[in-house]
Amino acid sequence: MCLGLPMQVTAVGADGAGEVSFDGIRQAVNLSLVENPRPGDYVIVHAGFAIEKLDVAEADERIAMFRELAGLNAGPAP
Amino acid sequence: MTDYVDAFRDPAAARALAARVRAAAAALPPGRVARLMEVCGTHTMAIGRAGLRRLLPDTVDLVSGPGCPVCVTSPGYVDAAVGLARRGVTVATFGDLLHVPGSETSLAGARAEGGRVEICHSPERALEIARAEPGREVVFLAVGFETTAAPVVSLAPMARAAGVRNLSMLVAFKRIPPALDALARDPDVRIDGFLCPAHVSAIIGADAYEPFVAAHRLPCVIAGFEPLDILGGVESLLRQVAAGQARVENQYARVVRPGGNRLAQRRLDECLEPADADWRGIGALPGSGWRLRPEWAEFDAERRHGIAVKPGRESPGCRCGDVLRGKRKPTECPLFRRGCDPSRPVGPCMVSSEGACAAWFRYG
Repeated sequence: MCLGLPMQVTAVGADGAGEVSFDGIRQAVNLSLVENPRPGDYVIVHAGFAIEKLDVAEADERIAMFRELAGLNAGPAP
Repeated sequence: MTDYVDAFRDPAAARALAARVRAAAAALPPGRVARLMEVCGTHTMAIGRAGLRRLLPDTVDLVSGPGCPVCVTSPGYVDAAVGLARRGVTVATFGDLLHVPGSETSLAGARAEGGRVEICHSPERALEIARAEPGREVVFLAVGFETTAAPVVSLAPMARAAGVRNLSMLVAFKRIPPALDALARDPDVRIDGFLCPAHVSAIIGADAYEPFVAAHRLPCVIAGFEPLDILGGVESLLRQVAAGQARVENQYARVVRPGGNRLAQRRLDECLEPADADWRGIGALPGSGWRLRPEWAEFDAERRHGIAVKPGRESPGCRCGDVLRGKRKPTECPLFRRGCDPSRPVGPCMVSSEGACAAWFRYG
């Protein structure tokens, strides 16, 4: 019930209506709980509502950290 | 490529993080086992699915908590929903609740008897159902924590704006911080640190855990639901436990802000006021739930249909209550795999896709 996934906003309509894309599949979403949603934003979608925006810079920084960590420890799988 | 999902599941990074977790665990005092509670059922499921327990040393014990909304819903709530379905009301619900046993039967049972029970992936679906049949009463089963409460309660202003008059909600929302407080006060529970839920925290904010940490001196680390997020969260908790520290750490800053989601908080505050709530396995906790504010009374299903949710009767032998407080592992319940499994669940922890028993059954 509570798994929320990051999806990309593809359209912003009136009264909180919007559309998001995940893995190439588009679906309707309610955007009324996030500030100033724009096409291209990533949002966490839970129960058909965007519940927060994803901070892309923060996410990219963490991904870079994980890649570095993986590279430093590269070796045969246990 | 699923953006911002796969990158947090990378196996090589997971192995590297697991090595860091082992190093952090090695700094624990000799003989000490760190008992860390993943509060949220989605964490429980993710830990099982990714096989993370097998990456952890024996000195780290991950314990499941009460953060599965379906699991903590009382049997009396299911009874009330079944009663509505039997009275000819359309009951609209998230799918997780369908097979949860009430005192006598489940909503699936009520549906088999001919009751109308509609599964919704979004509360907005309930609005569509109500609009399609204006002559029929529709009740949405409004369970969930802060994350779910904000979207679900949005139904009230949306229905009012749309002039929909045949929709109401059976409200049993619950709040996570009072549950953490109850667990920390329970002398039988003994947890060394909490892995705090990802998306509840997105709503309430990282700062919301500060009073808890100040009161109980227990570390709280917010982590996302992906394997690398969880391993990073466990590492942070272990470092704090080993160093005897207790602070709030936000390891999910890509989504969780210090003050949380203000718009969602405003929506919650606009529609709901604090109320006592009954938690299966934990009992009644003052101020741990919400009810609709009087200005939204027309959306209150109890009032509208003249019913009251009673405590109900738990299945005898079921130990979900102990499992939800981390007092017992699912495998320590006498019914686990012996009369209770996902095809014939006795207790809610085996029913829900986020239940600890279902996770242990599936992934061990």
